Amino acid sequence: MSHAAPSPARPLFAGLKRLPEFLVIWVPLLLSAGHVVVFTAWTTWISFTPSTLVPVDGWVGWRNYTNVLATRNWKIAFDNLLIFGAGFVILTALVGLLLAIIIDQRIRGENVLRSIFLYPMAVSFVVTGTVWSWLLNPGMGIQKLVNDWGWTSFRFDWLIDRDMAIWTIVIAGIWQSSGFAMALFLAGLRSVEADLIKAAQIDGAGPVRIYTRVILPTLWPIVIAVMVILLQFAIKTFDLVRALTGGGPGLATQLPALVVYDFMFQRGHLGRGSAAAVLMLLTLLGVLLPYGAWKYYQRRRDARA
Amino acid sequence: MRDASLSRALLYAVAFLLAFLYLIPLAVVLLNSLRTAEEIVQTSMIGWPRVWAFQNYTAAWADFCIAQTCSGIRPYMLNSALVTLPATLLSTLLGAVAGYAISLWRFKGDTWIFALVTLGVFLPEQMRLIPWTIVLRDVGLTNTLAGLVMIHTVQGLSFTTLFCRNYYIAIPADLMKAAKIDGAGFFRIFYRIVLPLSPPILIVTVIWQFTGIWNEFLYGVTFTTGTQQPVTAALIALSASVADVPQHGVQSAAVVIAALPTLLVYLFGGRYFVRGLTAGAVK
Repeated sequence: MSHAAPSPARPLFAGLKRLPEFLVIWVPLLLSAGHVVVFTAWTTWISFTPSTLVPVDGWVGWRNYTNVLATRNWKIAFDNLLIFGAGFVILTALVGLLLAIIIDQRIRGENVLRSIFLYPMAVSFVVTGTVWSWLLNPGMGIQKLVNDWGWTSFRFDWLIDRDMAIWTIVIAGIWQSSGFAMALFLAGLRSVEADLIKAAQIDGAGPVRIYTRVILPTLWPIVIAVMVILLQFAIKTFDLVRALTGGGPGLATQLPALVVYDFMFQRGHLGRGSAAAVLMLLTLLGVLLPYGAWKYYQRRRDARA
Repeated sequence: MRDASLSRALLYAVAFLLAFLYLIPLAVVLLNSLRTAEEIVQTSMIGWPRVWAFQNYTAAWADFCIAQTCSGIRPYMLNSALVTLPATLLSTLLGAVAGYAISLWRFKGDTWIFALVTLGVFLPEQMRLIPWTIVLRDVGLTNTLAGLVMIHTVQGLSFTTLFCRNYYIAIPADLMKAAKIDGAGFFRIFYRIVLPLSPPILIVTVIWQFTGIWNEFLYGVTFTTGTQQPVTAALIALSASVADVPQHGVQSAAVVIAALPTLLVYLFGGRYFVRGLTAGAVK
């Protein structure tokens, strides 16, 4: 934890001489902390006003919220988020774990492989979405290639299939983020104590058994951390969908972040857009608060032990 | 022993198959950037160039039409650079000082301030769109690169302060105490003690900020229009304008150019990139 203050909390700004340091400390901190508080309050306030094209004063109570929650757009977007969130988080974590376990086997070319699995993280979601929209387009991507090879009945047209389109976002998302999960898992795998593994080996446990019984159980706090971060990505996903499907076909890949943008800047309804943004924030808090509480509880328990 | 070598071979097979799969999108876009539009239409997006169409790159860079402007991707790359470089430097510098103040000069309310700064990492961009629109209008920076610099600097402070604070907190209290007894003040200690210890975290922070701001799309598309847009927004506008007449070769070249800066940063600073990811996430 943080160390004790060397000299007991003396006031930072004793006189004009300390003005430069006062400014240098407080201007960035207040900008940074202040904009979080003020902007959150501001958007929340707008969500209770009858604002349309421009923000106006007034009070309409929960009307924007009930309106948003009743639109087909929002309902579909939220259902999509549940599918996308679950599929993306679970599969990305699994693929990331697989990659980490492979890399952890002391194989040759470890550095090259690790760089290959992680490079998608360095490109923007716009680039990822654009490239995958070509690969998954049945008219010119993977399906076309396989058809041209002679397997003419081969179909891989999820991009234009209303029921499956959301999984194209999952695929692109896994490609982009699994290296990130891998990096975190690998750090965890490498920090498992060698004595534990040695003891298991002496007891005659094989490599698979060592993984399932010794290593993975110590990894689960990282698994949860990775899943929370990925879920946070999923809730905020916007660029990837814009570039890959634009929310279509129909509303098949609409997500809450797109609905917010749509209300605010396409339909010119700032009140409802703000209400949708607040609902997004609440969804996010629904994930982060339990996680934060769990971390806090753990830390307290560790401190006592 | 036979078993062991067999499973070893299997391991390598799986590893290389996966590596191949991860490289496909990159290979496809690189190859397509060197194929002509006719060739791509005739076959598919996946294939080896029959004739090497290097002219795709000159077209994508300098004279392809995006929306109504026919100047290629060049002005948008410049926009992205003019936003990303100042915002990265400013947010890193201010974040380092703020992280230093918050970790080594405890003061009243510091934990509260720090908690709020950290919240900024999680707050969705959607919660800030309308406030930023109004702030930009009131300070007269609507549809300007300076406006984007301001936004990315203020928002970036959440990350940079968090990174630096978590790093500086490990500086021994005795070192600070000794410096203070010697009469060193806030800035002197920063220059003489903290800054020389900082290169690792500053590299991580710069790489993280550069990648994040270069790749950002929502603010770019919301707060700027036309030739003021960053390159991510221009790519989306470009795919809209080629929807009528397919120009996938040129478009691929544009995608490669737009992705190049962050890929290069990753290639040369990958180690620090990973360290940033793990440092930001595990805490």
